[in-house]
Amino acid sequence: MSIHAANFRELRLDRLCRDFGTHNAVKDVSLTIKQGEFIALLGPSGCGKSTTLNLIAGLLPATGGGIWLDEKRIDPLRPEERGFGMVFQSYALFPHMTVRKNIGFGLKMRGMPRAESDQRVAEAVALVRLQGQETKLPGQLSGGQQQRVAIARAIAVQPPLVLMDEPLSNLDAKLRLEMRAEIRRIHNTLGATTIYVTHDQEEALSLADRIVVMRDGEIRQVGGPEDLFSRPDHLDVAEFMGFRNKVAGRVASVADGQATVTCGEVGVAGRVRSQVVAGQGAHISIRPEDLHPVADGAPGLKAKVVSTEFHGREFVGFARMADDTPLTFLADSRIAPGTEIRLAAAPDRVLVFGEGA
Amino acid sequence: MSTVPGAASSIAEIPLKQRLAARGLDGLTLLVLPAVIFLLALFIYPFFYGLFLSFNPKAGGALANYQRFFSDSFLYGTIATTLWLAMPVTILTLLLAIPIAFRVRLMKNQRLLTTILVIPITLGTVLVAEGLLNYLGPQGWFNRTLMAIGLISSPVKLLHNYWGVMLSLVITGFPFTFLLTLSYLTGVDPALEQAGATLGAGPWERFKHILLPLLLPGLAITFCLSFVQAFSVFPSAVLLGAPAGPTRVISIAAYQAAFEEYDYSMASAVAMIMGVVQLAIVVAVLGLRGMLYRGPAGGGKG
Amino acid sequence: MVKDTRLSTKLWAAANWTLIGFFIVNLFGMIAAVVTSSFSTRWLRSWLPDGWTTRWYGAAWAEFQLGDVLTVTFQIVFLVVFLSGLIGVPAAYALARRDFPGKKLVMLLFLLPLLVPPITFGIPLATVLYRTGLAGSMSGVVLANLVPTVPFVILVMIPFIEQIDTKIEAAARVFGANTFKLFIYVLLPLLMPGILAALLLVLVRTIAMFELTFLTAGPTSQTLVVALYYAVFAAGVRAVQSIDAMAVIYMVTTLIWLIIALRFVNPTQIVARAKR
Repeated sequence: MSIHAANFRELRLDRLCRDFGTHNAVKDVSLTIKQGEFIALLGPSGCGKSTTLNLIAGLLPATGGGIWLDEKRIDPLRPEERGFGMVFQSYALFPHMTVRKNIGFGLKMRGMPRAESDQRVAEAVALVRLQGQETKLPGQLSGGQQQRVAIARAIAVQPPLVLMDEPLSNLDAKLRLEMRAEIRRIHNTLGATTIYVTHDQEEALSLADRIVVMRDGEIRQVGGPEDLFSRPDHLDVAEFMGFRNKVAGRVASVADGQATVTCGEVGVAGRVRSQVVAGQGAHISIRPEDLHPVADGAPGLKAKVVSTEFHGREFVGFARMADDTPLTFLADSRIAPGTEIRLAAAPDRVLVFGEGA
Repeated sequence: MSTVPGAASSIAEIPLKQRLAARGLDGLTLLVLPAVIFLLALFIYPFFYGLFLSFNPKAGGALANYQRFFSDSFLYGTIATTLWLAMPVTILTLLLAIPIAFRVRLMKNQRLLTTILVIPITLGTVLVAEGLLNYLGPQGWFNRTLMAIGLISSPVKLLHNYWGVMLSLVITGFPFTFLLTLSYLTGVDPALEQAGATLGAGPWERFKHILLPLLLPGLAITFCLSFVQAFSVFPSAVLLGAPAGPTRVISIAAYQAAFEEYDYSMASAVAMIMGVVQLAIVVAVLGLRGMLYRGPAGGGKG
Repeated sequence: MVKDTRLSTKLWAAANWTLIGFFIVNLFGMIAAVVTSSFSTRWLRSWLPDGWTTRWYGAAWAEFQLGDVLTVTFQIVFLVVFLSGLIGVPAAYALARRDFPGKKLVMLLFLLPLLVPPITFGIPLATVLYRTGLAGSMSGVVLANLVPTVPFVILVMIPFIEQIDTKIEAAARVFGANTFKLFIYVLLPLLMPGILAALLLVLVRTIAMFELTFLTAGPTSQTLVVALYYAVFAAGVRAVQSIDAMAVIYMVTTLIWLIIALRFVNPTQIVARAKR
């Protein structure tokens, strides 16, 4: 196979900034990416992840900081001079060109001889399994097929870096799973360094070697999927990783990386994730699947059930505490709305974040 | 653009080019320059050149041209003459265009009609003038038909007077006004009229209370454009009118100054006066328009 | 729409249709009169001419040197079309894609030549062109005609360009296309229908543009419409039928292009593009 990734050691973002007027879309983002890595930029919409990607691609000019590819500063270069591959959210296929011409576009721009370019296009078509569709126009293809064309177009140029901007968000749920596996397979085949922007933590967790969680234009946490999943450093990263229950309280005691937080009149023990001080405010975060009703009299968060939903294997319950804090939990059976219950989780499944985290 | 690796850790300086690009100024923006330079050279510069020239008359002080214009009835009279043609034509075409546009809006296939109406605009004023010379003449089909029906006993004089110019302005002006009105009218959401009907408004009330208020800003623009067109009447005033008398419009005065007397200074002065009168009417109409509701008309168009 | 069956409404509708019918009948009557006259041997004091002939066309062709006039007309028109596309389309692209300080002022600069009637700005323009020695030549006529057509192309093209997804251009750039290649391989093919429509409208407008050509043309740079004006102006020197034959030739030239243009654009575009 002659499609392979071009070589470089690392891509470095150095205090990269982009402001739109007064609003800072990206603030001091510094990050080093090693060759061959699959990096996911994860965050809610408006967190600056797409802006960061566009800065790397050169589609937006930076207003501060720099981008370095090994020793070469690339941020003054125009997008066409950077030689990256990119997959766009809306695919951005050229509507007037056939599949073959779309995929071969980058090669043509690089002035590659026809025979060699045809060979590469054929390989890219085979890699994304689009044989037989080469002479169709993008408008004649399904969403999934268009997505494959977009990926083939990005990898055909053998870029040092493939940028993907929420490539799966326009597909339906089933296709999304299928294409996710495809993207992973192609990455494993080519080993191309990939930066993947998404707002879907499941996508990020299943695809990436490292995940960069962004919020308000800044990097909140960088880590491997398992790391982020079980050891988020920030309250909002935790929320994004599925710790949907967030309860405010006051720190009763701290010792040995463990803390007890008083929520209402109940003390809840958990792992400390960001600095806490006894006597000050803190938040606890718990995943719904770790929060369960406990027997009468056992310690737990007091709440009143609002509703329960049957989710196939288990029941998902929704409840509210006395101060209106919503809680989501798992139950073995349906519980009548209005029932007073107590909810608890194992201490190693509870995260404690100090005030200001 | 490469530098020693150590430099990366120092504050990364953003080049001027990138800072400009962040404000929307890059190579691509420069594509607008040829067009801007062209219009500055051939539209804006001639205007100021003409303005300057008009204050440098062949003889007399700086204001001599303007003094001459406003003291010679043969010259200042052209303003009234032109207004006397342009105003009735604009109002008439607008009054004709509004109800007909309302009617045509309900048609499914407007293309044939709009195509027919585009013909006189495309043919232009010179051809319409030439056609009317024949058609409206004492032996022309128009007079013959009127006599055949018995409406008149002897041919009506429609050429080489006010009426010839007026009619030719209507023929080229009406389609223009009509198509503009129609395009504004199609921007009004039909659901609004239906809503009015369900609330008990009859056709006249619907027009008066719903459609007209939404349409007025567009009609004001239509009025301005139609008026400006009619005010600059030239070939038909020469060919169909009486260019020495009743239809000596202001553009004839300007043309004669420039190309018959070769007094470019005076011609520029007349052109400036012509521009000022047009501008005054447009500003007055747009000023009135400023008092109207100008939000979206339901269909999204403002 | 709201249906109404009252008598007053029906009468009002009938009155409207009568008006529009009256207008169209007279319009076609006028055109038919010109055509009839151009084929008549003698036409005085009767509904129809005494006899029919085609000899006026030959006469008009020779008398008015229509071969030369048509050549000049099309040279001027095609130059205007080509140059207004060349200057207008890139400018429209920049305006559709970039926000820059002073953009509103630039838009006003492009709107004015369409709103101000040609005779008003034509006289100072002609003065400048005469002073620089350009008037009277073909280049002067072309320059004058470009003043309204460049902004026209820009204003027609801006909405056309705006509807093309910017991501497509971003993709072209990321994959290595510089501005020139972006235009050639991506934008031009996508914009072709719009460019074609805009340029056809420019063509129709330029054939019929009397005032600017009249003010700047010399004896060797007259277009058909200006030649027609002079012929009508000097009526009495030539036979009426000969002038009418020339008018028919002019009508045919204009209407052929109009029909071609209407295959690509809506007729209202000829008028309504300059609004707002």
